[in-house]
Amino acid sequence: MSTDQKPILSLQGVIKRFGGLTAVDQVSFDVPKGEVFALIGPNGAGKTTLFNCITGMHVPTAGRVVFEGRDIAGTKPYRTAQLGIARTFQNIRLFEYMSALDNVKVGEHVRMKAKLWDAIFRTPFARREEREVSERAMEHLRFVGIERHADNYARNLAYGQQRRLEIARALATEPHLLLLDEPAAGFTPQEKVELMRLVDKIISRGITVFLIEHDMRVVMEVSQRIVVLDHGEKIAEGPPAEVRKDQRVIDAYLGKSA
Amino acid sequence: MKRLRVFVRENSRNPNAIAYTVMAIGALALPGIVQFANGGNGDFLVSLAADGGVYVLLAIGLNVVVGFAGLLDLGYAAFFAIGSYTYGMLASAQLISSPIHHAVHIPFWIALLIGMFVAAGAGALLGAPTLRLRGDYLAIVTLGFGEIVPRFFRNMKDWTSGVNGISALDVPTLPFWITGPWASTQLAIEHNFRFVSFNPTAWYVLVVILIVISVIGVNNLYSSRLGRAWMAVREDETAAAAMGVNTVNTKLLAFAIGASFSGFAGAFYGAKLSLVSPDSFSFIVSITILSMVVLGGMGNIPGAMIGALLLYSVLYYFLPGAPAQATALAHNLGMDWLNQSSPDGWPGIAEFIHRLQFIIFGLILVGIMLLRPQGLLPSRLRAQELKRGVHDESAVVTT
Amino acid sequence: MIGALARMPSTLRTFGGSQVSNLVGLLIVAGALALTLQHVLQHSASFFFQILIIGIADGTIYGLIALGYTMVYGIIELINFAHGDVFTLGGYFSLALFPIFGIAEGKAGFGYVIPLLVVAAITMLLCGVVNVAIERVAYRPLRHAPRLAPLITAIGMSSILEGAMYLWRGPNSLHYPDLLPLTRFNIGPVNIGVKDLIVITFALVLVVVFTLFINLSKLGKAMRATAQDRDAAQLMGIDINRTISATFFIGAALAGAGGITWGLYISSVDPFLGFITGLIAFTAAVFGGIGNIPGAALGGLLIGLIRAFSDSYFDSSWTEVLIFGILIATLVFRPTGLLGMRVPEK
Ligand SMILES: Nc1ncnc2c1ncn2[C@@H]1O[C@H](COP(=O)(O)OP(=O)(O)O)[C@@H](O)[C@H]1O
Ligand SMILES: [Mg+2]
Repeated sequence: MSTDQKPILSLQGVIKRFGGLTAVDQVSFDVPKGEVFALIGPNGAGKTTLFNCITGMHVPTAGRVVFEGRDIAGTKPYRTAQLGIARTFQNIRLFEYMSALDNVKVGEHVRMKAKLWDAIFRTPFARREEREVSERAMEHLRFVGIERHADNYARNLAYGQQRRLEIARALATEPHLLLLDEPAAGFTPQEKVELMRLVDKIISRGITVFLIEHDMRVVMEVSQRIVVLDHGEKIAEGPPAEVRKDQRVIDAYLGKSA
Repeated sequence: MKRLRVFVRENSRNPNAIAYTVMAIGALALPGIVQFANGGNGDFLVSLAADGGVYVLLAIGLNVVVGFAGLLDLGYAAFFAIGSYTYGMLASAQLISSPIHHAVHIPFWIALLIGMFVAAGAGALLGAPTLRLRGDYLAIVTLGFGEIVPRFFRNMKDWTSGVNGISALDVPTLPFWITGPWASTQLAIEHNFRFVSFNPTAWYVLVVILIVISVIGVNNLYSSRLGRAWMAVREDETAAAAMGVNTVNTKLLAFAIGASFSGFAGAFYGAKLSLVSPDSFSFIVSITILSMVVLGGMGNIPGAMIGALLLYSVLYYFLPGAPAQATALAHNLGMDWLNQSSPDGWPGIAEFIHRLQFIIFGLILVGIMLLRPQGLLPSRLRAQELKRGVHDESAVVTT
Repeated sequence: MIGALARMPSTLRTFGGSQVSNLVGLLIVAGALALTLQHVLQHSASFFFQILIIGIADGTIYGLIALGYTMVYGIIELINFAHGDVFTLGGYFSLALFPIFGIAEGKAGFGYVIPLLVVAAITMLLCGVVNVAIERVAYRPLRHAPRLAPLITAIGMSSILEGAMYLWRGPNSLHYPDLLPLTRFNIGPVNIGVKDLIVITFALVLVVVFTLFINLSKLGKAMRATAQDRDAAQLMGIDINRTISATFFIGAALAGAGGITWGLYISSVDPFLGFITGLIAFTAAVFGGIGNIPGAALGGLLIGLIRAFSDSYFDSSWTEVLIFGILIATLVFRPTGLLGMRVPEK
């Protein structure tokens, strides 16, 4: 992948404070288009907070979040989703009492055009759109491999399937950038391998993947570039092989988890 | 015929389909049965059933707000009042005595729509600054609003005649109307028909038609893009926003659409009663409608309807009739002494039963909630699941 | 049209901006005070003080009731609709107890002080027991049910309590014996009744003692811990069920005391008294900052004053509109209430 291209996402001096606590401190880096980019760091390093700043769930205290050339810091979450950023959550947040299919269809919401009028009177346009959306949603379920569970309540899916469903739902928003917050947490080695394959498939669709992951093996294998966060600060950045040798990273992160 | 058989088989285990079928048959048969059972003097009961229809409309509307979008509204009767008063002022001689000194007589069908939009507008106006509040706070705001609106109408004496209310409202008219066979009268066409109060069957038919239209509309909404957005917001607002759902607008639409139902039910109710008075919209009305929705099964349209029918029959038919029943029973059992009041404080059985009504109402609410917190007919996954014979008892909505 | 409505929030977003909303709120309060002052100046000073005292007396009673709402809301996030009726129950219980202790109207005197206090204690105990029973029967089994379920049972319990009083003593309002001395005396332009002083002192002492208790006792600490984070409190070895029961008991005891005070002050009670009184007290709790105990007392006092002044200086038919308007305005402009709420963030 070429790096001379303009980055899809560029963080410039992002700071996020909660009262006296600085969860993200002056973080800057670029996420190149079309790659798998990973963010690692010990628990409480500020990784999820950084994701929240990107998706608009938090307004950064300072700094710029440039997505596809425009500063989106402080944009409302539903707008960032419309602009093409989708995400999953560290602690799965599905719509529990909706079917898996409907969960994915909520993801399609942002690309749908039916108006209130169409909804009330079920106009031919609305019907056609519903049909197309159902088909697309099924495809997304198939893509992540849980089409058999389309009609089950999301809450009744197995843990691994729920993680996949979250990815399917995010893909349904047709994102350019997909943020995955610890997608392999709690997975068996076998499931992790499958997840890595899924990430490859997503990349081959031209979607940039930006993920937070704890398992170094997964990170090393799947990602082209890594940023390491500790106590809200960026302490290293580079290709996996380099980062792995960095003394500060070993101290802050690998040292602890090993 | 074969398709019908397939259809019946497919739906014979779908509780919603059964509920709709039973309600449809019941609605069609009711006027005839009631008249037959009362030897042609059942008008009173048909009229009561028509009023019950108003509560069904209200329950359908509140279900959109509470059941679909998960917004707790404790002042729903406020919009009912707004619809009624809008109709009362726009379709009667009321405004002659107001500061504008001119009566306004807008035809029922248009005033119905106006009542609906005014209520929706009020809902949006209340919702805009408050829908970003936490769920409970919204509930408290609506509670306050529900207390304010009837008092406001009562105090605006120049416009609303205060406590006396607005009376002699215009009735709806139609170029023609089909009388019978539902009222056990001959099938006939009547021209220039007026919905007068001594013809409750016409009102009954009208409310049933309104209900059918509402059910179709709300069902469409439920399975639409907007309906999914409502449920997503109900399930997890943060996740819904992250998926691109504009949560504030989505909630505002639920609030406004819910209010619009209350508004047009209010206009209908005012027209049928030919009276709008501030006492008809107290907190207890809001609570009753909410209880109907929750008892029936939140988020499920036929559930809310069944809740409305059940609670309405108890509150407006069984409980008011109970004292007379008890008196008759005591008499038939030869215990007439029960019917007399006595100096030691016994008020007579009729009065005693009458005084029991609050306890009975309370026991019904508590009892059903304890036995079936998810409601009598809770929402379930839609058709496909049943078609495939997936039966998961835990898959019952308990949100 | 709906589309236009749906776009409104973005233009109204300034409502959310705390500076603007604080400013708007301040302007409203300042305007109201100026208007009140203008009305006050049109009447005599002695009238003003008379209303002030009525407002304080009513306000301390509202405060007593508001404490129960705020505690229960703080700990289990439920609007206990039955609470207002427990307050009425305080009036009814004490009415039934008076003859037993030989208390009757017209024989006022110091000999009554002890029996009256005993009746108050028994009434508070009974109200507490009733409320604890309500929690056991109607709320506890629904702790993990959909949120609306306990709200509906609360409304049901309210109806049951009202119905029970209705059945017990009939539909009419009951005369509550005038037991407090009717003597009045002047301090400068202020004409005060001994009755006012007793009522205010009694309610105030309860509020203060109770606030201290919550702040200092072990049980109080357990309550606050449970309100903050139930799971963490449990891990720290706090018995959640016992703490919640205690909360209901104390809240109801205070409401019962409020019922007696109300009876002594207003001289009548009826089965449905608790409904509107409860709603107003609840408004006071929200006004002060729901979950905040001193806030409830302060909110009660302010709502009592607002009510008294609105009744006498403006138009009593608009008083409740005003009070519920305050309820909405509080939540829109300052959702945390005057003193800030103590409710765990969700
Ligand atoms: N909404 C919040 N309010 C206050 N503190 C927060 C909030 N979200 C996160 N934090 C704090 O910020 C720090 C970083 O948290 P987080 O971003 O979740 O870490 P990570 O995802 O790297 O494990 C933690 O100390 C956490 O307690
Ligand atoms: Mg995290």
